[in-house]
Amino acid sequence: MSRPEVQAPPEIFYNDVEARKYTSSSRIIEIQAKLSERAVELLALPDDGVPRLLLDIGCGSGLSGETLSENGHQWIGLDISESMLDVALEREVEGDLILGDMGQGLGMRNGVIDGAISISAVQWLCNADKSCHEPRLRLKAFFGSLYKCLARGARAVLQVYPESLAQRELILGFAMRAGFAGGVVVDYPHSTKKRKEYLVLTCGPPSLTTVTPKAKGEDEESCSEDESSGDEENQTVCISDRHRPRKKQRITKKGKGRDWVLKKKEQMRKKGNHVPPDTKYTARKRKARF
Amino acid sequence: MRLLTHNMLSSNIKGVTNGFPLQIEAVKVVEKQVDFNPDFLKNMFSKVDWTALAAASKALGYADLPEAAGADMLDSDDFLRRFHHALLQLHLEEGALVCPETGRRFPVSKGIPNMLLHEDEV
Repeated sequence: MSRPEVQAPPEIFYNDVEARKYTSSSRIIEIQAKLSERAVELLALPDDGVPRLLLDIGCGSGLSGETLSENGHQWIGLDISESMLDVALEREVEGDLILGDMGQGLGMRNGVIDGAISISAVQWLCNADKSCHEPRLRLKAFFGSLYKCLARGARAVLQVYPESLAQRELILGFAMRAGFAGGVVVDYPHSTKKRKEYLVLTCGPPSLTTVTPKAKGEDEESCSEDESSGDEENQTVCISDRHRPRKKQRITKKGKGRDWVLKKKEQMRKKGNHVPPDTKYTARKRKARF
Repeated sequence: MRLLTHNMLSSNIKGVTNGFPLQIEAVKVVEKQVDFNPDFLKNMFSKVDWTALAAASKALGYADLPEAAGADMLDSDDFLRRFHHALLQLHLEEGALVCPETGRRFPVSKGIPNMLLHEDEV
C-alpha cells in the first residue's frame, strides 16, 4: 500500500472510517505506544517527579498522549483531523485537544511549553495539498512557532517518516533555521522495518546538553574479528556428515565457521531482532549422538 | 478545553500582534475531577498569566480566584486548591474564543476549539 501522505491531505485521509480503523488496530496501537515511549525517553525530562506541560503535535486519536499521561504529564494535543479528535474524545484522553493546522503555526504563547513530541506527523508538512500551500512556508511557520512556544532548553522530539533523503534534509534544514540545535537519531538503521527516525531538537544555542542522544541498534564497530583463534572456540559447524547429496557436501565440506555465525548474529542484532547472547557454546559442533 | 490550555493559546492570525488573551464566550461549562498535584501547580504558576486566568475563570462562572497573586501565596493550601480547580477542573465544553484584536470567533464544540485559519488569515 502506498504512503498515506500521497493519497490525500491529512484532514481528508483520516476521515471517520480511517480514524476508527487506525485506533482499533492493535498493531498500530502497539507501534504508536513504542514510538511515544521512545520519544519521551529522548525528551530527557528531569527526573524529579514534577509533571510537565507537554505538547503533542499531530496527536490524532491520543495514542501517543496516553503514554504522556502514563508518565504523569499534562499535555495539549493538536491535530488537523476532526474525526481523529472525535475518536480521542471517545477514548476519554486526559489531555486537552485543539483542532488546528501545524503548518499555520501553533498559536501558543512564548516560552510556556516544557517539551513537545510528535509521532509520524511532520512529514505531512512537505506536501502541498491546496493551492495556497507552500511546504517551505508551512515548515517555516511550524518550526518558528514551535521554537517560540518552547521554554529555553526544552526539547522537541519529532518522529518522522521522510519520503526521501531530500525530504529529511528539508525538514532538518528548517528546524536549524528556526534556531534549534540537535539532529536526527536513527534507531535500527540497518533494518528496513524497524528503522525509525527521530528529530531531537533543543531550544537554544548548541551546548554540551544539546548533544544528540545515542540511537538504538547502531553499530559499535562490527565485532568478532579480533577473537578468532582459540581451538575450541574456533571449531567449525560441519554438516558434511549429514545425509546430503554429494555435490552439496563438497561445497559445504568445511561448514560455516564461528566467525560466520557471529557475523550473522551481529547482523540480526543490528536489525533489532532478538538474538541469543554469544557464549562459548555458540557455533560449537554437536555431539555425534545427535 | 481547560483554562490551562486557554492560558497558553493565542490568536495566530496574520498581522495580529497581541492575540492574547482570547476572550471566552461560554455556553456550556463542565467540571471534571483531576488529581491534585501541588508540584505541578507550583511549576506552572510562573508560566500562567494570572490576569488572564482570573478573567477566564470568571467568564466560566468561577469567581473565587484573587485578582492578583504572588509566589508567596503558593504556600497556602486553600489558594492552591482554588488555583487547581480553575486551571484543571473547569472545562469549556461549548462556546467560542474571540480574538481580542480582530474579533474573529473560534468556535469551541465538544470541548475542542477550532483554531483552523482561513486561507487569507495565514
